[in-house]
Amino acid sequence: MSKSNELQFLSEQVIKGRLSRRDFLGRATALGLTLPFAGSMLSGAVMAAGPQKGGILKAGMQGGESTDSLDPASWTSQVQHSFGQSWGEALTNVSPDGQLVPRLAEEVGSSPDAKQWTFKIRRGVLFHNGKELEASDVVATLERHSDEDSKSGALGIMRGIESIKATGKYEVVINTTEPNADLPFLLSDYHLMIQPNGGKDAPDAGIGTGPYKVTEFEPGVRHRAVRFGEYWNLDEFGHADEIEITVINDSTARTSALQSRQIHIANRIEPRIVQMVERIPHVTVQSVSGRAHYVFLMHCDTAPFDNKDLRLALKYAMDREDMVNRILRGYGTVGNDFPINSAYPLFPEGIPQREYDPDRAKYHYDRSGHDGPIVLRTSDVAFPGAVDAAQLYRESCAKAGINIEVRREPGDGYWSEVWNNQPFCTSYWSGRPTQDQMYSTAYISTADWNDTNFYRDDFDRLARQARGELDEAKRSDMYRQMALMVRDDGGLILPMFNDYIEATTDQVVGWDPHPMGEMMSGFALSRCWLTA
Amino acid sequence: MKYLRTIPITALLGTALTGMFLFAAIFAPWIAPYGMSEVVGDMWEPSSAQFLLGTDNLGRDLLSRMIYGAQTTILIASLATLLAFTMGSVLGILAAVLGGWMDQVMSRGVDILMSIPTLIFALVVLSVMPSTMLVLILVMGILDSTRVYRISRAVAVDVNVQDFVEVARLRGEGNSWIVFREILPNALSPLVAELGLRFIFAVLFLSSLSFLGLGVQPPEADWGSMVRENRQGIVFGVPAALIPAGAIALLAISVNLVADWILRRTTDLKGGRGG
Amino acid sequence: MNLLVLKLIAQRIALGILLLFLVSILIFAGTQILPGDVAQSILGQGATDQALANLRREMGLDDPAVTRYFNWLGGILQGDMGTALSNNRDIASSLWGRAQNTLFLAFWTALVAVPLAIILGLVAVRYQNRWPDRAISGTTLTAISLPEFFVGYVLMYFFAVKLGWFPSVSTVYDGMPFADRMMAIALPAATLTLIILAHMMRMTRAAILNVMQSAYVETAELKGLGGLKIIWRHAFPNSVAPVVNVVMLNLAFLVVGVVVIEVIFVYPGLGQYLIDHVAKRDVPVVQAVGLIFAAVYIGLNMVADIVSILANPRLRHPK
Repeated sequence: MSKSNELQFLSEQVIKGRLSRRDFLGRATALGLTLPFAGSMLSGAVMAAGPQKGGILKAGMQGGESTDSLDPASWTSQVQHSFGQSWGEALTNVSPDGQLVPRLAEEVGSSPDAKQWTFKIRRGVLFHNGKELEASDVVATLERHSDEDSKSGALGIMRGIESIKATGKYEVVINTTEPNADLPFLLSDYHLMIQPNGGKDAPDAGIGTGPYKVTEFEPGVRHRAVRFGEYWNLDEFGHADEIEITVINDSTARTSALQSRQIHIANRIEPRIVQMVERIPHVTVQSVSGRAHYVFLMHCDTAPFDNKDLRLALKYAMDREDMVNRILRGYGTVGNDFPINSAYPLFPEGIPQREYDPDRAKYHYDRSGHDGPIVLRTSDVAFPGAVDAAQLYRESCAKAGINIEVRREPGDGYWSEVWNNQPFCTSYWSGRPTQDQMYSTAYISTADWNDTNFYRDDFDRLARQARGELDEAKRSDMYRQMALMVRDDGGLILPMFNDYIEATTDQVVGWDPHPMGEMMSGFALSRCWLTA
Repeated sequence: MKYLRTIPITALLGTALTGMFLFAAIFAPWIAPYGMSEVVGDMWEPSSAQFLLGTDNLGRDLLSRMIYGAQTTILIASLATLLAFTMGSVLGILAAVLGGWMDQVMSRGVDILMSIPTLIFALVVLSVMPSTMLVLILVMGILDSTRVYRISRAVAVDVNVQDFVEVARLRGEGNSWIVFREILPNALSPLVAELGLRFIFAVLFLSSLSFLGLGVQPPEADWGSMVRENRQGIVFGVPAALIPAGAIALLAISVNLVADWILRRTTDLKGGRGG
Repeated sequence: MNLLVLKLIAQRIALGILLLFLVSILIFAGTQILPGDVAQSILGQGATDQALANLRREMGLDDPAVTRYFNWLGGILQGDMGTALSNNRDIASSLWGRAQNTLFLAFWTALVAVPLAIILGLVAVRYQNRWPDRAISGTTLTAISLPEFFVGYVLMYFFAVKLGWFPSVSTVYDGMPFADRMMAIALPAATLTLIILAHMMRMTRAAILNVMQSAYVETAELKGLGGLKIIWRHAFPNSVAPVVNVVMLNLAFLVVGVVVIEVIFVYPGLGQYLIDHVAKRDVPVVQAVGLIFAAVYIGLNMVADIVSILANPRLRHPK
């Protein structure tokens, strides 16, 4: 048998479960292959062989708390997101390349003015309690989340909806108040898991239509779910027999658990230690550049930040390359002071990159006439490394003659006392499914979280026009103008877009990075599978 | 005065090390090779001729940060400990001497203070007051004094019923005489043992406050916070966290060596066997 | 046992209960002063004004504080701690599970640490200023001056990652076999033992040394009794008061202060539970846990005081 044939044979043995991974790697290296190569050859073969059923897939994740609940309306963290995507399903999903993928809705259609949307609901889908999914469940779910009295995290998305009606057992029609070309994308939001009767009876029962059935829910500690035998799409989802999330909020504990094989997947590998995690023999680092970004926020209507020259000075005094290198260790890309990057559809190409320019910063600073220290508030909860980033910024500002006084605030209470209240602070944004959603969440005058106090009528008008524009070229041009307004006039300093960095052991196959969010946008547990 | 001639080698070592730390703290701006917040290299560089102890998590010179860190660490921790001790031991002994309802009021007040979780206490106080060094020292000192109070009261109650105290009382000595001249010298050794440890606890407590965002403001740092800043390197063998941790341990040992020596002096003073 | 001692003890217990009530008021007031707002913290960065107002109304945050205090106290006295604001779970049952875990870890740690500390203390006195004393002092001092997460990471690195003897993740759950449970808590218990050992050991040593010069110890020595025996039979009983106080401080720490260890080893105890709910401003839970912590301190301090009263011969036999 030739060497390559033997390897082929051996990897088939692994796939059929007759040979353990470790034995394979041992024999492959005996044949003269280097370890990483043998490993990648095996995973290629395993991937090609298609999903394997079985095993318990275990993830160790940061971001769970003992205050967590199974009610999708209340979800805010990534543990809830990942667990929720395993037991629940939304009407639509968004693929890694930004395309709409049908999930519980088989078909989506709209009226020419983009104000009326029709969703055909998949037939024969069962909830975990045995009941069949019907249009009324979908209507009830969307109603629950659009109730002004609800505490739903999706309330903002539901605002523009005028009416939701079941027009048949398997058909739902949604009317919006204004044209909205993005509606089907918005309904992929992870809060909008379809529940029996919309979860109006028992919002936190944890019953959905997803590939896994909740068996254990101990908030902030451990979540387990077992494969739902009657799931409608077991070819693509639900490969492991059981899934388990252990909440491991400490970064070192997560990597140690991965190293000692207590878990298969760890999320949020801190950039600082990525290079060392990469050196662990049985671990692969999975990173993908996404839409999330770290920001420094100035209030455009508060002195001294109401002065455009001062805002520009502070923007030019940001050394973005250095931030990406030191805070993200290269696992990220530089920002350009508007909240959109090329991961979004219709990204405005060709806007010049703002560079670190101390002289120019000094020029604008002198023109602003401001004098004295500028207080920058920060905290470790603002984003990982925020306090460090603030200190780096202080140093780069000092070179332009600008005196920044870093003030570290208690992490506890940061979001209620500092963010959106103090005129200059650090924060983060995770991405939104579309550009419109990003701008209308935080940059139009009426936005709930206009955290830079950016009020411009012409900007608001453009945003409204773009939302209803079905011609992509025209729409793209509008987004370009909006980006320039935020970049040159806004209170946003956006030094970097951070990558999502996760790590898996060599037993995990089927990892498909997704720029929309962590853990393959929450699908990792239901789409990956285990090898021997 | 034979103990002056026979200062043991351990005590000398302890004094020398403590002196060295103090020297570094006082003359920090002159002996530190780089600025405290100056970014001079890449993250976690190993030690080299350029950076004797390597660099920290942001690429700042670790030696310089250690030297500047000595200032804040030693200053805050020693003042807080001093405050805790003066307050705790004097009040504790006084409570034992006075007895009765005064003792009850003070002791139960301390129980209340102790029973509020430190985290919540610190959060409440420090969120109302500005996070200045003085407030920090006061909060740490007062919280710690409750622990000292309990121990000194416990020791003092035992001493208080000894014959020589009753003799002094019969002589008509006032409370302050009894507290400072009769009981304090006889309760000193457990208290001194406690002092050495309390100092270390203060150093560590400072770092947990910094972690909550309540401690020293960046870019200044204390040693405990420096361990924390560099903690992710520990399981990968990066020594950046080890150095400040080692410094705390060394400081702890040297302070306690001195404390042990004082302890032995006081036991010697009471007569009995020599060292 | 005489009447005076009984009276002292009874007084002490009555005071303890009174204290608990005072503390409950303090805790309630303290949670009102905490910066931030429950509704805002629950909804996080993404809260809209409308949702905030709705949530506040729903949670009864608009009622006067006094009304809320008495409602709460009344509930507690009937064993009803209410439901958590953040996730609508029954506080009493989630709390009990967490408390069991915390007590389990504290119990096994104390079982190892306390006797070990006292024995080491006795040995250190016996060989005062000789090498066993120095070795014990040096090691324990080093252990105590390292931040607790540092000790935890180092143990984790060697015993979980390198040697693979124990799991690095100590999650325990209902129905876990006892042996697995013990394996799971091995590393956190070892870390905690290292942290609290020095304090108790040093106090034992110092307190015994303090009484070693007393006349009765010298008498015992003259009677020809041997080293450890004198220390154990004559010196130790008279230095119990400060030692008991330090032991109690450390036991209280094991219940109340182990949050860092819980985070590192992913152990589902009370500390992490409290921190999460403080961060979310989940007032009923913070109050309930705060009250439990207060009860632990008050109870342990009470025990320490009573032991001190019983141990002091002059108090036991007043003239």
